[in-house]
Amino acid sequence: MKSPMFAAGFLAVASVAQAETPVLNVLTYDSFVSEWGPGPAIEKAFEAECGCDVVFTAAGDGAALLARVQLEGAKTDADVVLGLDTNLTAAARATGLFAAHGQTPDLALPLAWTDADFLPYDWGWFAFVHNKTLTAPTSFKALAESDLKIVIQDPRSSTPGLGLLMWVKAAYGDEAPAIWAALADNIVTVTPGWSEAYGLFLEGEADLVLSYTTSPAYHLIAEEDDSKTAAVFEEGNYLQVEVMGKLAASDQSDLADRFMAFVLSDAAQEILPTTNWMYPAKLPTAGLPKGFETLVQPGKSLLLGADEAEAARAGALEEWRAALSR
Amino acid sequence: MARRAVPLGAFATAIGLGALTLGPLAVVMMQAGGGGGITAADLAALRFTVTQAALSALASVACAVPVARALARRRFPGRRLAIAALGAPFLLPVIVAVLGLLAIFGRSGLINRGLEALGLPEVSIYGMGGVVLAHVFLNMPLATRMILQGWQAVPGERLRLAESLGFGPGAIFRHIEAPMLRDVLPGALLAVFAICLTSFAVVLVLGGGPGATTVELAIYQAVRFEFDLPKAATLAVMQVLACGAAVLLAGLFTVPSGFGAGLDRAVALPRPAGWRRLLDAAAIALALGFIAAPLLAVGFRGLPGLMALPSAVWPALAASLTVAVLAAPLAVGAALLLALALAVARGWRGLEPVAMLPMAGSSLVLGTGLFLLVFPFVSPARVALPVTVLVTAVMALPFAFRILLPEVRVLMADYGRLADALALRGWARLRWLILPRLRRPLGFALGLTGAMAVGDLGVIALFAAEKGATLPLVVQRLMGAYRTEAAAGAALLLVAAAFALFWICDWWGRHGSDT
Repeated sequence: MKSPMFAAGFLAVASVAQAETPVLNVLTYDSFVSEWGPGPAIEKAFEAECGCDVVFTAAGDGAALLARVQLEGAKTDADVVLGLDTNLTAAARATGLFAAHGQTPDLALPLAWTDADFLPYDWGWFAFVHNKTLTAPTSFKALAESDLKIVIQDPRSSTPGLGLLMWVKAAYGDEAPAIWAALADNIVTVTPGWSEAYGLFLEGEADLVLSYTTSPAYHLIAEEDDSKTAAVFEEGNYLQVEVMGKLAASDQSDLADRFMAFVLSDAAQEILPTTNWMYPAKLPTAGLPKGFETLVQPGKSLLLGADEAEAARAGALEEWRAALSR
Repeated sequence: MARRAVPLGAFATAIGLGALTLGPLAVVMMQAGGGGGITAADLAALRFTVTQAALSALASVACAVPVARALARRRFPGRRLAIAALGAPFLLPVIVAVLGLLAIFGRSGLINRGLEALGLPEVSIYGMGGVVLAHVFLNMPLATRMILQGWQAVPGERLRLAESLGFGPGAIFRHIEAPMLRDVLPGALLAVFAICLTSFAVVLVLGGGPGATTVELAIYQAVRFEFDLPKAATLAVMQVLACGAAVLLAGLFTVPSGFGAGLDRAVALPRPAGWRRLLDAAAIALALGFIAAPLLAVGFRGLPGLMALPSAVWPALAASLTVAVLAAPLAVGAALLLALALAVARGWRGLEPVAMLPMAGSSLVLGTGLFLLVFPFVSPARVALPVTVLVTAVMALPFAFRILLPEVRVLMADYGRLADALALRGWARLRWLILPRLRRPLGFALGLTGAMAVGDLGVIALFAAEKGATLPLVVQRLMGAYRTEAAAGAALLLVAAAFALFWICDWWGRHGSDT
């Protein structure tokens, strides 16, 4: 008779212990949670101070993440969504699922941040990456006039592709279709996602690839290869700002706030540059990792506001398709 | 397995299959949402999708016939290895296959460097030509294996009769080989067409631009950026209808030859000498060269990465193999049941399109629908393994079905009455007639579906938990994190695992058979 009693007692204690460890569910994209991404290190650091259990759920990339939020709707278990970018935040806000973050961190972005619902955690400039041996064009027009070959991503299936679409729109407005038409003969191909495009570039299929000004830092720091650099464009380079948001229905609202604040603390921000290969949203006291000082710095930053980007997307997409389908 | 068990089992399987493929589609369609209509661009995408799939199927099968014939009638050292190697391209993760092809045919590939050395202008792989080339690379070997099965199933007695009647190669072709091809080719064409219909990354990467937009991409866009689920479902229905039309078309041309059975005496096909011998040698050499060159490129790219594989690779490999070992027998068993029912019972022709349904389905819509079905009740990550096994089995079933169906038809036409006369029924029939006589296609089907399960990214992406990622997902994650070398190494490991699984099952199937 003793052992069942013991078992019952043990179970009761165990369930209390379990109940005492709150779980924070973070919905994010694939490369964030992989062992070489920032996820594991941030999880460990935050768990050490929060007395909680952080559970990451991965869903493809930024766009897949938004679709996942919409699929799960109000029934979602997620407390925090991390990994949308500004081209997607308007659609995310329209779901009505997100709550205001209520934080005022001292951000180090090239432009002022005013979004009440989403907090940036890292950012980068889109840029065409190339080998240093190449004399790179300094604008879209120069690129279009050259015989240089580029590989880009499809804006219908990838966030960098959508970023490029917004870049041309932000720089050229109504002239955008003409720019796309002029670029058509430079485009080797359009890939479904970033990794295919970057792979094609590394295989020598194109002279330049749409990526980030921070991409050469990976090759420099992780591979000790300083042969890559990125092109600064006169029109300005478009920004990708990666953001996180708290779900209104979260049952761990305070913990979610603490987590978002933690992601913007030095401990997490120092992890991001060499795992996500982007600039930290809030400059850590120790500064940027060695090697980042070699990266090119665009003089001008372009970014459409969330609503502007959402409003421009369908039209810009149709222009893009029409100009390149010919 | 009583007399009615096969039809009943097949009926249940068909219902389950229909529910698993159409159910998620219906769920997606019923989700409230914007409900955008089909645009002119979507229709253009449908036109392009069907055109490229039809061209790819015709080209793959046209290339496969002479290769299969040459492999069937010639004997040379390494022939078995060559036949086994035909499984390899089909098992490659798509982006790995594309990079392998580009190493040969790309802008800085071997061919263009050769042309450059000769002072000739470069040729571009990007465009419809490249799409068809890649699909031929991926699917011609599969078609070759399917057609080779046909040649291997020709009874020796027929060849003896032809010999005693003094048939030349031309007459043998007309009276023996042509009817066999008529039986086998529609199925092979259909299989390749259906695969290419839902091909996504190959078409996009090699298509060269938005002109090469497929229905699958339009579905992707509708789900991810527009969250217009009804539109995604409508597009998926268009895709299913296109495949359904192809199934009907293929059905019109498929006429079982029904010459009667042989006694399993091994009689080799005649091996005409002279220019025909040269032609066969050329067909084999060209096909193997075309397949081997990109594969070797994949191998060379992957070797350095094998030395430094991240630790995530090993549990992922185990996860992939678990899925394969569970899904392959499920798929092959269900396919056998459907094929038997179709061959035995008349008036069951409706089973054939049902068995082909999963091929036409969009895996994104399927995954989304299942997600919507599961999510309200249980965390998707917790049911990742069973869902993955089930979906992988469903997706692989049409391939197993296409491999088994022609052989089951012949078996039933040849031995069905004898078995009936001997009252060989139920398990006895399965054990003494069906399994031994179908060992070769069963082994091939098991190997193929198992290998496909290892290499399939499929719907797992939507269900993947923090841990428990499959190997294709890890390859994709490595590529997405600049780790190109490690990704190439992991991809090589993936190919090796898939191929080993394929080879073991295929070897089991061929073991004891004369070919």
